[in-house]
Amino acid sequence: MTSDAELGLRDRLARLSGVKLLRGTRLSAEFERLQRQLERLKDDTSDEEIWQRVELARHKDRPYTLDYVERILDDFFELHGDRGRMDDHAIVAGIGKLEGRTIALLGHQKGRDLKERTKRNFGMAYPEGYRKAVRVMELADRHGFPLVTLVDTPGAFPGVAAEQHGQGGAIARSQAMMMRLGVPTVSVVIGEGGSGGAIAIAVADRVLMQENAIYSVISPEGCAAILWRDASQAKKAASAFRLDAAHCLDLGVIEGIVPEPVGGAQTDVDAAALFLRESVVSHLHELDGTASDDLRRARRAKFRSMGVFA
Amino acid sequence: MVEMSATDKVDVSIEHKQVTLDDGTVKKHPNTCPGCGSHYRDDELQASLRVCPQCEYHFPVRGLERIEQLADPGSFAEDESALRSGDPLEFFDLRPYTERLAEAEESTGLGDAMITGSALIEALPCRLAVMDFSFMGGSMGSVVGEKFARACDHAAADRLPLVSVSSSGGARMQEGILALMQLPKTICALEELHASGGVMISVLAHPTTGGLLASFASLGDVLVAEPGALMSFAGPRVVAQTTREKLPDDFGLAESNLRFGHIDRIVPRQELRPVLAQLIRLFRRTA
Repeated sequence: MTSDAELGLRDRLARLSGVKLLRGTRLSAEFERLQRQLERLKDDTSDEEIWQRVELARHKDRPYTLDYVERILDDFFELHGDRGRMDDHAIVAGIGKLEGRTIALLGHQKGRDLKERTKRNFGMAYPEGYRKAVRVMELADRHGFPLVTLVDTPGAFPGVAAEQHGQGGAIARSQAMMMRLGVPTVSVVIGEGGSGGAIAIAVADRVLMQENAIYSVISPEGCAAILWRDASQAKKAASAFRLDAAHCLDLGVIEGIVPEPVGGAQTDVDAAALFLRESVVSHLHELDGTASDDLRRARRAKFRSMGVFA
Repeated sequence: MVEMSATDKVDVSIEHKQVTLDDGTVKKHPNTCPGCGSHYRDDELQASLRVCPQCEYHFPVRGLERIEQLADPGSFAEDESALRSGDPLEFFDLRPYTERLAEAEESTGLGDAMITGSALIEALPCRLAVMDFSFMGGSMGSVVGEKFARACDHAAADRLPLVSVSSSGGARMQEGILALMQLPKTICALEELHASGGVMISVLAHPTTGGLLASFASLGDVLVAEPGALMSFAGPRVVAQTTREKLPDDFGLAESNLRFGHIDRIVPRQELRPVLAQLIRLFRRTA
């Protein structure tokens, strides 16, 4: 992805990111147009380029959910706990103002330093995390708040206690709840979209991926260990999976790609947040005014149609 | 090694309890009970519903044999059997996915890892969605997802209860992200069935892990499991490697899941048919 067309496009996106967004329709339209162009630039990505995205998606300085929350939402109030057993710090949730109206937001949260990483369990949630998510979804539905979810997890935590507390069922029930919501929902994969732990909170009307995010059924390492019997074949597995945003768009799994600053979201978190905010706002605007039943019907029809068979 | 012939009436020789594979490794014969070492003829196992008469070990059951065990004789009518998987990723690991599919179809005689259709259980009409682990580890790709979804549609349209028997390692890796999308897809179809007032009874056979447990298998109105069935989101090996925890002896087994409140009952195979009939009767809408 280093063609002239792409360089030109990146240049313009970079300039656009420098502009103080006034939420004028003209600017949004321009942004959308650039976004669409970027989406088309997926031809012939090499194994190496796909692996670069895997590394960017896992970059230690990549912005996490709370980095975006503080830049995107006003008046954020964090909600804690699943009302049953504990507060899982690998998933954060809360309500805040976006463009003057209250929305509910939840997402996986990784930690920055060793201590916080342990506290956040590397973004790998227990069933309690998904039950917290379900509780916040119910709250959003009850009050008509649009729901935004940010996905960034290597996967749901594989542990003895997690199994004993019902990991599989919790993930299934979280998806079922998202199918029932009568409010507009937008999910954005902002880093790693790891398997069941990711889809648990990504059954939305609009599913987006950041330019350097990845979304897959199993980690490249896990897949390599099983199919190639050699975890070091992860690069091969990554490209065989086509886990990058452009290919996911191609497969009809997501509706759009959110641009990142040149070099990845970690190079300019404010700009990345601006892009993310623009994307979420424009998709929420499109969904505004749709009746609850129509939202549900369209959402179910979308997921019902996924798969390739003859 | 002694040759088996059709005239052998009772085979008690120890040699037959082992099979030597092409690469020289010796494997226990599939008819030898891993629980107690007892060895059975095919017809003996079939007659005992593939449960060891000595120690109650539950041998794996293929999809069609499961249907024979559950449905009234001759009542099963298969549908959607023509569905075949595509290869959207042109996936190639050590071998192409299409080759693995063709080989699985040849060795199992099935189009994919799930068989669906209508049947009678103790004269009660119902819909069945039964998985077969021998087709690529029972993994769920687009065809399994679509078949389950259509089974829900049929059940809703005909106002019949749906009985699902799962036995699967999880999502089919070779279909990449689209395999993951079968989780919300099957859940979505089940939501519609539930919205129409329909019932789904989920039977968890060994093993029901990964994406299956994280989707429809966990969402039945009633969940019953076979004794000793592994039902965990993450497999024991992954958990042991990731956490370096010592796993409890009954890690992820049906017995542990019952204790922690994730299933309603453990049903030995001999009781499965009457228990399903009982549940179908209990959920039947009285006019």
